[in-house]
Amino acid sequence: MIDSASLLAVVPELILTVGGLALMLVAAFGGDGSARLVNWLSVIVLAIAGVSLSCSLVHGPDAFDGLYRADAFSAFAKALIYGAAAAAILLAPRFFSVGGVPRPEYPVLILFAAIGMGMMVSAGDMLTLYVGLEMNSLASYVLASFMRQDVRSSEAGLKYFVLGSLASGILLYGISLLYGFTGSTAFDGISVALGDGVSKGELFGLVFVLAGLAFKISAVPFHMWTPDVYEGAPTPVTTFFASAPKVAAIGLTVRVAIEALGPAGLDWQQIVIFVALASILFGAVAAIGQTNIKRLMAYSSINNVGFALIGLAAGTPAGAAATMSYMAIYVIMTIGGFACILQLRDADGKPVEEIARLAGLSQSRKGLAAALAIFMFSMAGIPPLFGFWAKFLVFDAAVASGLTALAAFGIAMSVIGAFYYLKIIKTIYFDEPVVAYEAKGGPVENIILTACAVVIVLGYLLNPMLDQASAAAAASLF
Amino acid sequence: MDGFPILSLMMAVPMAGAIACLFAGANNARWIALIATLVDFVLGIVLWMNFDQGGLQWQFQEYAPIFGRFAWALGIDGIALMLIALTVFLMPICIGASWNAINKRVGEYMAAFLFMEVLMIGVFTAQDLYLFYIMFEAGLIPMYLIIGIWGGADRIYASYKFFLYTLFGSVLMLIAMMWMVHEAGSTEIPVLMAYNFDPHVQTWLFLAFFASFAVKMPMWPVHTWLPDAHVQAPTAGSVILAGVLLKMGGYGFIRFSLPMFPEASAQLAPMVWGLSMVAVVYTSLVALVQSDMKKLIAYSSVAHMAIVTIGLFAFNQAGIEGAMMVMLGHGLVAGALFLCVGVVYDRLHTREINRYGGLSINMPRYAVLFLFFTMASVGLPGTSNFVGEFLSLMGVYQASSWVALVCTTGIILGAAYMLYLYRRICYGDQVNADAAAMPDLSIREFWLMAPIAAVVLWMGVYPESFLAPMRADIRALEARLAPAAPAGDSNIKMGAPKPKSEGHHEEASAHGEAH
Repeated sequence: MIDSASLLAVVPELILTVGGLALMLVAAFGGDGSARLVNWLSVIVLAIAGVSLSCSLVHGPDAFDGLYRADAFSAFAKALIYGAAAAAILLAPRFFSVGGVPRPEYPVLILFAAIGMGMMVSAGDMLTLYVGLEMNSLASYVLASFMRQDVRSSEAGLKYFVLGSLASGILLYGISLLYGFTGSTAFDGISVALGDGVSKGELFGLVFVLAGLAFKISAVPFHMWTPDVYEGAPTPVTTFFASAPKVAAIGLTVRVAIEALGPAGLDWQQIVIFVALASILFGAVAAIGQTNIKRLMAYSSINNVGFALIGLAAGTPAGAAATMSYMAIYVIMTIGGFACILQLRDADGKPVEEIARLAGLSQSRKGLAAALAIFMFSMAGIPPLFGFWAKFLVFDAAVASGLTALAAFGIAMSVIGAFYYLKIIKTIYFDEPVVAYEAKGGPVENIILTACAVVIVLGYLLNPMLDQASAAAAASLF
Repeated sequence: MDGFPILSLMMAVPMAGAIACLFAGANNARWIALIATLVDFVLGIVLWMNFDQGGLQWQFQEYAPIFGRFAWALGIDGIALMLIALTVFLMPICIGASWNAINKRVGEYMAAFLFMEVLMIGVFTAQDLYLFYIMFEAGLIPMYLIIGIWGGADRIYASYKFFLYTLFGSVLMLIAMMWMVHEAGSTEIPVLMAYNFDPHVQTWLFLAFFASFAVKMPMWPVHTWLPDAHVQAPTAGSVILAGVLLKMGGYGFIRFSLPMFPEASAQLAPMVWGLSMVAVVYTSLVALVQSDMKKLIAYSSVAHMAIVTIGLFAFNQAGIEGAMMVMLGHGLVAGALFLCVGVVYDRLHTREINRYGGLSINMPRYAVLFLFFTMASVGLPGTSNFVGEFLSLMGVYQASSWVALVCTTGIILGAAYMLYLYRRICYGDQVNADAAAMPDLSIREFWLMAPIAAVVLWMGVYPESFLAPMRADIRALEARLAPAAPAGDSNIKMGAPKPKSEGHHEEASAHGEAH
């Protein structure tokens, strides 16, 4: 039976659904000319959904008999997801207008993806999880191939679709095993069944579920799709992929690991530690040879996911809080970084993607170069930039739970990662210019860029707030 | 001065200057930077004047818990005061040294330097472990840019090496810091300095901190980033690198490693001695065969820093005081020597020693100042380095006479390579016509070096001015170390006065050790 409290809990999703459908009609009848309007309206819809998060929290966490959870954790993740989605919409028009007219389907698809992501982080049951995941994925497949006339984009969409389906298959198989051996698809039910020891079958289910999720967060060894998709997809879509779905997938992984698989902590902890270290190492080493900045950002995202998972490996509330804080800071750095990359256009307005052609950017576009350098140093985890604090939190959680060796190993490998971020800074600051750049960027891009840069530089002042929010989010899981 | 946040102000002034420089034109940026550093210098004098010698250990404390898990906690003791004084003294000189030498992207250059000053003061004043780490690590960014943008031909390799070496050293320290904070339940440095960690864990913690400070110091065998960084950095970059950045390593030992892990320090002291002995002899010999002036001085820095480490790990007042004096003296003298190199480099654009010769003929004023700093570097009595080296070696003699013996050769070798350098540059025939045509020091150059010369002399003639503020702090440190301090090998037994033969015996053994 559907009660009003449950409906209140899903208010953000309802707003997004209604808004998305209405805007789809606007897009259908208004044609390409309505793109601008739909863009702004969808940002407003996201903003309203974001505000409504507070009212979804009022009526206790569980909705629809535990299928759905509207707790502090999901609110935290959704705030990030909506913010990242809005930024991805705002950054798009200038990019698409170079290759032709901006299309109104783009923001609508992002809205639908946002609904899916909201369901992912709010899932209280394996089936809600799967529906949310697929809803996000379907929208994402279309988004990846959004530039139909571009071969790279179509290729990216196809690759994403094939490998994504494979991952969904693995995940479903894992879910069916867990259901078979525990007799429940609800997180609570699984957790209770695992409480009396983990059987072989349950262990297999757990491994498959984690493998499927690892694919979605693009953690090593299930990362292969990431560089190709990130490179091929239109840059605003890459911005979106690197930010919002990452938060959703990490949030989902944290929730599944702790709420559903909590009693099997010792079993998944090994997997998470391996995946985290492998992602950090591979993301760092493989990025060194990259020549395309979008591809580099793909490896960077693999690398970052590895760091975020270190918090989860700790398995404590502080660890979960650290992972979510990591994602919050990561999203800001990523959006800012991509806002810079989107502005890299040569004098004809063509996007520049090769790293070698960024040379000497600091001499023609001082502000842009400084912002990009800030984001790169921040991603490398160099204080006093905020990216350092993200890494600090996850390693601190690991040390607090006794995983000192893991923390030492992980942080030592972060030095390898620092190298390729430095390479970008070297290119834009130390090398002589080769490309003439467009004189100035768009106002919306500049505002987003500046806002992100300010947060990254002065972020420490937000620490008390971030600590409180992430601690509340993590507390709702345990 | 009660309650006035002078330390924050000393960081705010260069910060504001740095931001202003980013937006200013070339000439304005120079003036902004000079004024900001001079204001900070004046504030530094005010700070010293108001420092209560022999008063509370921590003075000028500020506390604002605005960062959640850590706080904006500042405060200084005498040791920090001296290093801050060194920083604010050298900064205007650095700006002056870059006045004409830097003519591309001046605003960014000055901003990087001013930001560097903020961070250096931050390192020496931080009273919160994490705040210290942030300041300590953040220094990599401006230095990376200074070397990479305004450096010499091979600057990119040098900047990477500098960055990655020091970063790798520091990250392990961060993990150790996290462990300590969880163990002790506080991020405040004074609390941690008094906390007794389990001696078994101390070893690991010590090694993690050692990884960072040894690279920063730099100690043999992780010193190799330093010659590269020095050679490629612009003159002022070298001055600040040798003058202050290297001192962060020594400061780290004195503030963290020794008081927080006394047992581990004692246990691992032989390792530190060993590395230092190798450094003194080996890098001195390497310095002897350099053909590049900056590289030679860089290697001599490694040797001098080794004197600092043996002084610190002598576990007694003389040694630690000596280490501090060497740090201060070396900061001034090495900085001045790099300025001397910069003067001729600006004229001839080469650091090859062979390209010069006989400069005392056409550049007499330069030759005098260069000779003075050469002598100071050698450790001539009456100059700052003599005081420090003498105290250091005297201190370590009580701990281990062998170490003292080996390290004292550093003074002889130091005289060898410095005098050999000086001879090749300033004496002899004027074989190179272009070098012979170089004009003498300009007024600006003269006034950059003259203040350093004055302070070097002051420190050599009346070191008490500089030792007095630190004395109480070093005594407290010695007391903290006393229970763990290793027994020296030169314990002289006061035997019963059995007149002739006993006295003779002691004299003989003293002779044996002195050789």
